[in-house]
Amino acid sequence: MSTAIVGLSRYVLIFFGAMYAFHCFMAFVIGKGSDKNWFYITQEAFMILFHMTSFLVLAITSKNVEIFTLGAFQEVMLIAIIVLYRILYPECSRLLVNNMCMLLAIGFVILTRLDQTKALKQFFIVAVSLAVTMFIPYLMIRFRELRRYTYVFGGIGLAAIAAVMVSGAVTNGSKLSWQIAGITFQPSEFVKLLYVVFLAGMLTEEDEDTGRIMLKPSLQRLIIGGAAAFAHVAILVFSKDLGSALIFFIVYVFMLYASVKAPVVLAGGAAAGVVGSLIGYKLFAHVRVRVTAWLDPFKVIEGQGYQITQSLFAIGTGSWFGMGLNMGSPNKIPVVEQDFIFAAVSEELGCIFGICLILICMSTFLMIINMAMTANDPYYRLMALGFAVYYAFQILLTVGGTIKFIPMTGVTLPLVSYGGSSVLSTLIMLAIVQGIYLIHDTEGRTVSYEMRGGYAG
Amino acid sequence: MRDKGKKLAKRNNEMSVVMYFFAAVFMAMMCYFFYYVQFKAPTEINSSYNMRQQNLAKKVIRGNIYAADGSILAEQAMNSDNEEVRYYPFKEVFAHAVGYDSHGCAGVEHAANIDLLTSDSPVNEKLQKEMAGVRNYGDNVYTSYDVNLQETAYEALGAYKGAIVVMDAKTAKILAMVSKPDYDPNTVSDNWASISADTEDSPLVNRATQGLYPPGSTFKIVTLLEYLKEHSDDYQDYRFNCKGSITFDDVTVECYHGSVHGNLDLKESFAKSCNSSFANIGMQLNLKKYANTCNELLFNTDLPTDLYYSKSSFTLKSGADTEEIMHTAMGQGNTLMSPLHMAMITQAIANNGVMMKPYEILKKTNYLGTVIESYEPQKVKSIMTENEAKIEQEFMEEVVNTGTGKKLSKLAYTAAGKTGSAEFGNVKGQSHAWFTGYSNISDPDIVVTVIVEGAGSGSDYAVPMAKRIFDAYYGE
Repeated sequence: MSTAIVGLSRYVLIFFGAMYAFHCFMAFVIGKGSDKNWFYITQEAFMILFHMTSFLVLAITSKNVEIFTLGAFQEVMLIAIIVLYRILYPECSRLLVNNMCMLLAIGFVILTRLDQTKALKQFFIVAVSLAVTMFIPYLMIRFRELRRYTYVFGGIGLAAIAAVMVSGAVTNGSKLSWQIAGITFQPSEFVKLLYVVFLAGMLTEEDEDTGRIMLKPSLQRLIIGGAAAFAHVAILVFSKDLGSALIFFIVYVFMLYASVKAPVVLAGGAAAGVVGSLIGYKLFAHVRVRVTAWLDPFKVIEGQGYQITQSLFAIGTGSWFGMGLNMGSPNKIPVVEQDFIFAAVSEELGCIFGICLILICMSTFLMIINMAMTANDPYYRLMALGFAVYYAFQILLTVGGTIKFIPMTGVTLPLVSYGGSSVLSTLIMLAIVQGIYLIHDTEGRTVSYEMRGGYAG
Repeated sequence: MRDKGKKLAKRNNEMSVVMYFFAAVFMAMMCYFFYYVQFKAPTEINSSYNMRQQNLAKKVIRGNIYAADGSILAEQAMNSDNEEVRYYPFKEVFAHAVGYDSHGCAGVEHAANIDLLTSDSPVNEKLQKEMAGVRNYGDNVYTSYDVNLQETAYEALGAYKGAIVVMDAKTAKILAMVSKPDYDPNTVSDNWASISADTEDSPLVNRATQGLYPPGSTFKIVTLLEYLKEHSDDYQDYRFNCKGSITFDDVTVECYHGSVHGNLDLKESFAKSCNSSFANIGMQLNLKKYANTCNELLFNTDLPTDLYYSKSSFTLKSGADTEEIMHTAMGQGNTLMSPLHMAMITQAIANNGVMMKPYEILKKTNYLGTVIESYEPQKVKSIMTENEAKIEQEFMEEVVNTGTGKKLSKLAYTAAGKTGSAEFGNVKGQSHAWFTGYSNISDPDIVVTVIVEGAGSGSDYAVPMAKRIFDAYYGE
């Protein structure tokens, strides 16, 4: 019986993953109706089935019953989150809640396989983070004065990364983290959020007469916002955290574009990006190392190319259907549980599942940008757009780096990779986005009501 | 209502741009991922740096390797302790050609490693076995090796160190490949420590592809080609009076064993392998073009093959001193070549200038015999014009008719080739014996390249070995 489960599990897990991903995109197509509830319950069922089957296989193949206990706790937590969101926020985006839980579930499965201690630690961090972030949408609906504190957010963010630059510990050639009571803390993960909220405030303007929030702010605000964004990027470059610097830069370009509605911003951004990359390449040895490893990793396989070739071997050997959980050697890839988690997923669960994972991330991005489009308040629209860009670009950097589509930048896969700072900041981001959706929804209903009334009259 | 919709659409213009941009990025990334996994990864993971091959062996019973006639060259078997082992029925005979499947693998075992560990059994059977926790059968690999020619080449080389490469003259598929000293692949894993530590004989090195030797007079094929390129109209007017040696700038070159060849034209210089005459030719060559020609012939660069080989080197540059020029032109100097490379150039000559990619794997089947993939001959490029190839052929026929390859004349088949006696080390008179050539001059059949380390002259040692292989091929 157990061998049959393990033998079949490769295909079954891919099926569950594919069905889940399929529902992600069907969610954009199905109309508003009563079947929506069942639609999402079906999607949730595939998530739970995926998680349960994975832990069954993990428990059998590693002959460890404790794993099953850990899996059961995770299961309870995931279901609790889904139910709590439904009770607390009946109008929330269920696709986003489900995707959040599915990505966490995939992360739990692969981390448990890679390193049980880390998986347990991650579980606690996630549980606490979820409990805290659950209240964010409520707070956002209650307190609408967020925009007033724009300068505060910008100031805190700048101060934090500046402090890291000065006093931070040196890791992998980049000054990235603080050690507080034995917990490594990456401020840049949180500054990203502050930065987006700050920019959303700076790139909008309050009409003095009507009090309405408008796009296309005054030149003065544009200059201050631009200078602050430049300061963020410059500090990150000096801290040698070029991956984050790149994300901050891209987020600024797209938010500015959405605010001033001028395509020239994109052209200028692309040009500045190219020039900046060339300067970075000339100036920083570790950038050159990563480009060399990207161009021909097999030439430097015993040095700089080791990590990426191990990643490619993992993906290639696992192939479409994967080796099966506990049947591959993902631990041969250095820092697999952070930057190269996608390779571990592809090796053991298969590259079809890897594509499903990309699709889930893609649908998360589409959902966030969809929220940006439907929201009414330009301030929240810009904020949601900023988060969407930040999320999508991060996926591109980490997955693209793992499969050698682009050079490796050392960015984590949100919610899947190991790392407390990363997971907490992503959960905060998703909670804020839910908040934006809920604010819009309460307003949207009044609008549609009035419209209907108007027609009737 | 419509106005409202338009207004909304306009409001969302920039959002849509951002959405489509990133959606396109995601799509591009997935397309690349698909391309990588489907097309690039299967060859890339067949690297000795990939430690994951053992993971595959836990799920799949390694497939068999066959010779062209269906003889088993490698299979899984049970030893006396009832343990599963790799069994090589021909033992040492196919040692370097077929290789071994441990310690990073070698030979066909290395080239087809992932294929042998991949099962293309029928899907229902595969699933059934996976569910039952039973290993599936890996795919089988059919090579181009000819057991008869391989055994003949193995015996011909005898107790000498050296290598023999036999390939099809038209397709460059490899028919036999022998390297000595050898080892028994059945016990190579057990005796690994002593075999790999033997740096004097280095039995693990496949001399046919990885051995680099001074080409000696066989290199006159290349020098001749360069002379033909520079003198396409008047090469027939070349004359030289050999007095047994030649001197330029106080540097003297002697003919092999002090022979005096007398009056020679270009063809006779080649057929008699006159060192003095070729040193004389070397002094007349444009060194830059000479180096270019060698690069065209794939010196100092990668060979188009999946075999594990060493790069040949040709280092003569314009401005080189007289000694280096004279020695290089007659095949000494700093030039180093692998026997495989020599065979490839010979194959191109026999094939009217067109070099083909040497290959040894004809097809891959599942264990039931259904063909999964078959491999066709591939053209590399023309390394010389058809006319130049014809002249080379004519000159190589002359070697057999009147020159150093006479032992191959007046037989039931025809042959052409070039001998070489490559001096090495500092001891005068010690030389590696070379022969490279092909049979059936009107419509070439097979190419044979022989190198015998430290044996003596090519015509005395290498030519008879080549003859045995040609005899075997034509059933004599």
